Order: sequence, then C-alpha cells, then structure tokens
Amino acid sequence: MSPDVHSNGSGLEDARAIPPLAALERVEVDYGGRTVLGPFTLELREGDITALVGPSGCGKSTALRLLAGLEQPTRGRVARTPGRGETAVVFQAPTLMPWSTALDNVALPLTLAGAPGADARSRAAQALGRVGLEAAARLKPTQLSGGMAMRVSLARALVTEPKLLLLDEPFAALDEITRRRLADDVQTLWSETRPAIVFVTHNVEEAVYMADRVVVMRSGPGQWAGETRIPGPVPRPAGFRLTPEFRTAAEKVSSDLEVSMSAAARDARL
Amino acid sequence: MNRVSLILAPFALIGAVLVVWQAACRLGHVPLYLLPAPTDIAAALYAGAPGLLSAATNTLIMSLEAWLAALLIATPLAMLTGVSPLLERALAPVAATLQVTPVVAIAPLFVIWAGLEHPERAITVLAAIVAFFPIFSGAATGLASADKDLERLFDLYGATRWQRLTRLRAPAATPFWLEGAKVAVGLSIVGAVVAEFVAGSGGSQGLAWRILESSHQLKTADMFAALFVLAILGAGLNAIVRTTERRFLKIWRGR
Repeated sequence: MSPDVHSNGSGLEDARAIPPLAALERVEVDYGGRTVLGPFTLELREGDITALVGPSGCGKSTALRLLAGLEQPTRGRVARTPGRGETAVVFQAPTLMPWSTALDNVALPLTLAGAPGADARSRAAQALGRVGLEAAARLKPTQLSGGMAMRVSLARALVTEPKLLLLDEPFAALDEITRRRLADDVQTLWSETRPAIVFVTHNVEEAVYMADRVVVMRSGPGQWAGETRIPGPVPRPAGFRLTPEFRTAAEKVSSDLEVSMSAAARDARL
Repeated sequence: MNRVSLILAPFALIGAVLVVWQAACRLGHVPLYLLPAPTDIAAALYAGAPGLLSAATNTLIMSLEAWLAALLIATPLAMLTGVSPLLERALAPVAATLQVTPVVAIAPLFVIWAGLEHPERAITVLAAIVAFFPIFSGAATGLASADKDLERLFDLYGATRWQRLTRLRAPAATPFWLEGAKVAVGLSIVGAVVAEFVAGSGGSQGLAWRILESSHQLKTADMFAALFVLAILGAGLNAIVRTTERRFLKIWRGR
C-alpha cells in the first residue's frame, strides 16, 4: 500500500465541504526582527491526528501556540472555531501546580471557568480514571513518577472534553517504555471523543505511530517541507511498528526530514 | 557514632574556646574591664538576670511588632505590584533607594517624629523598615516566579487577574515569601538594637540600652552578658521561624 492512501476513507468527501476546525493561513511569526516561522499553512479537521516533525528551532512549538490562540501571528491569519475550554495544551513538562493535589490540578480548567467545586472534583476524578490514575487523586506532583505526572497533565487536558488537543513534545522527557505506553493511551483516549490532535515531536517513529498525517517542517524560517499520510487503524494494533506500511511511511518521513535539513543548511550558507 | 559527633561538634568547639579563654584570662591576669573570663560573664548573667530578662522582653516585643508590621505592609504591597506592572515600575526605584539608606542615618528623623518621650515607637518603625525589604522582594520575586507554561495554561482557560493572582502567583510565591519572612526576623532584631543605640533609652530600655549603660560604666562582663542574651534571642527566634517554614513547605509541596 502506498503511504499516500488515507485510511479514514469514508466521510472524507463530506469533511472537505465543512470549514476546518482550525487553520493557519500563510502565517508568519517574527521574533526580534527575525522571521522564525512561515509562511506556513496548516488545516485541521475534526478527528485528525497531525504530527509536526522538524529539527529544533523550526517553529513547531510556535505553530502550536498559534493554534492554541496563545500567540498572534505577525502576518497571515489564524482561524479557530473552538471556544474557550475547547482547546487543551499538554506541554513538554507535566506543568502541574506543585502545591495542589493531582485532583485539584486536573480540576483547574473547570474551576477557572467557574464550575462549582463538587462538580469540578467529580469530573476531575473521572478524567483521572480515564488515564488510570484514580488512586493518585490525593497525591502532590512531587509524589508522582514522570509518567504519572504526564498522565495527570493529560487528564487535565481531557477534563474539558476539548475539540482540539495540542501536544508539545509531551513524551520527550520520558523513558522509551513509558512513552510507548503513553502513545497507545493517547490513541485510546482519542478514540473515545475523537478530538483533533496536533502533536509536535522530533522523533520520526513516534510521529508515524501516533498520527494519521505527518507534516515535516524545515527551519530558518519554519516552513512546510513535506507531508505523509499514514495508513492503518488508530489505535494502532499490536506489532504495527513491524508492518511494511509503518516502515515505508517512516522512511518517507525520514527522507523528507533529511531533504529539509540539507536545504536549510544550504540556505544558511548562502 | 558519626551522627553523634556531628551533633556534638559545635558544642565541642564552644567548650574548647571557653576553656582557652578562661585559661588565658586567669593565667595572663587580664584586667576585668578589658576581657572578663567566661566565669565572670556567667556571674554577671546570674546577678543581672531580672534586668536582662526585662530588657530582652522589650527588645523582643519591639522586634516582633516591627516584623508583623513589615509582613502586613510588604505582603499586600508586593501583591499589588504583581497585579499592576505600572505600580511595580513606580515603586521599584523608591524601594531600592530606601533599602540602601542605612537605618542609622534616618533614625534621628524618626526619633523627632515619634516624639522624644516615645523612642520605642521610633525603634519599632525603624526595625519595621529594615524587615520590610526581604519580605517585599521575596514576595515580589516569588510572584514573578510562576512557571511560564502554567501562565500560558491560565491564559488558555481565560483566567481573570484575580484567579491568576490567588491560584497561581500567590501560591508560587509562598516559598520565596517564607524565606523573606525568615530573613526579616533576624533583621528586625538587628534593626531594633541599632535603632535603640541611636534613639536612646527613654522608656524603651531594651538590650541595646543595657549594652550602652554597661559600656559607659566599663562593666565589660555585663556587656558580654547582654550580648549573650541577644545572641540567644536571635538564634531562638530564627530556629522557631525556620522550623515553621520547613513544616509549612512540607505541606506545600507534599514531601
């Protein structure tokens, strides 16, 4: 099977008719007079899992912050349909409040929106249950392992049932076994409510495993450098990493990445 | 064994110093007004105990009043600067200027303002000024120390200024604020003693007054006795605040 074939087949034509959930339209971002991102265009539709892959400093995280509405582009347009509380971000570090319990950390998005305490706590407990941490509700972040803290962070992102879930290298600080487990968990959680996910990583295999679309970026400034559709069901079946589809897609992404990096190096010399 | 020697080490050093001190004074026939032997100081301590105790109480009360006043003023002020960057800009140079002005230099001014018959008021205010800065700068630093991604998360969920202050910045500032409060306890005692030297005795009669009086009468053993009480006072107060801080931080971060 060619890696360009999309697996979500049915409903694809209908999806093209409605406007995207969120989009970056030829956005450019300048920091201190230097353009770090763009022009860059990206469209997200409901239920898409998109991975952004690229060398460090290619503006992946900046693109993510634009999609979250945390930053404004210098030029270009950001279109966002999710309202307040419908966008969630998971950062590279768990980013938990050290003085609050796991439960209170997960309840934060709800209590900030003014939800009554009892309601917020019961929904937070439910979200902790979804990531398998109902027993850790009363623990403080220092009492959690790295993987557990990341799960709490994920539960906090899921507690509002977001339509757009943005993950900024969320597994970068974890060991291989834990990151593989979390990748499977994220896909299982995705299949429950099917939010659009954008996933930033510099790990090609992780991107191909997690996403149904991998966008490769080049740096200086960050721009589109290639795109690969990943076939196969999500959540991934056991042994997916050994299938020819996975290997072919990973090779394609790797070669896109290599081309983008040598192009960037050539530009830097000019 | 190792643990025991660790605990005993400071006592062993103090003991050794006292023995050498005693021997040097006695064998060298050092005059009493120049350097009294430890036993002379112990005798002065015993004889002057009631007076020293009341002087120590006066100093303690003035210091604690000053510390509390500093806490009550510096904490909300730091929070206001945390909410309003404009206020922070306005206040920063004033605070910095006041901080580098020696308390001794402004003491006479406060003595005049407090009235010559109320030097204890001037002393308390001066000690409060000294204790103000570590609390203020500790709280201000702490309020700005919250994790940048947590700040973004509060942006994302549309937190109000008030929510950001009470649920993110103030809790994040707590360890810094406690550290400032701890430093301020020691400084409020220093401030109270220094201010009393300048403000004079009047009705206050703290430990500084005892030291001055003994010095004028060349009663060196009494000076040492007052210094000893002052040191105990400072160390004791510091130990109490440090223990409180540690307990509180244990609850704060759950470990």
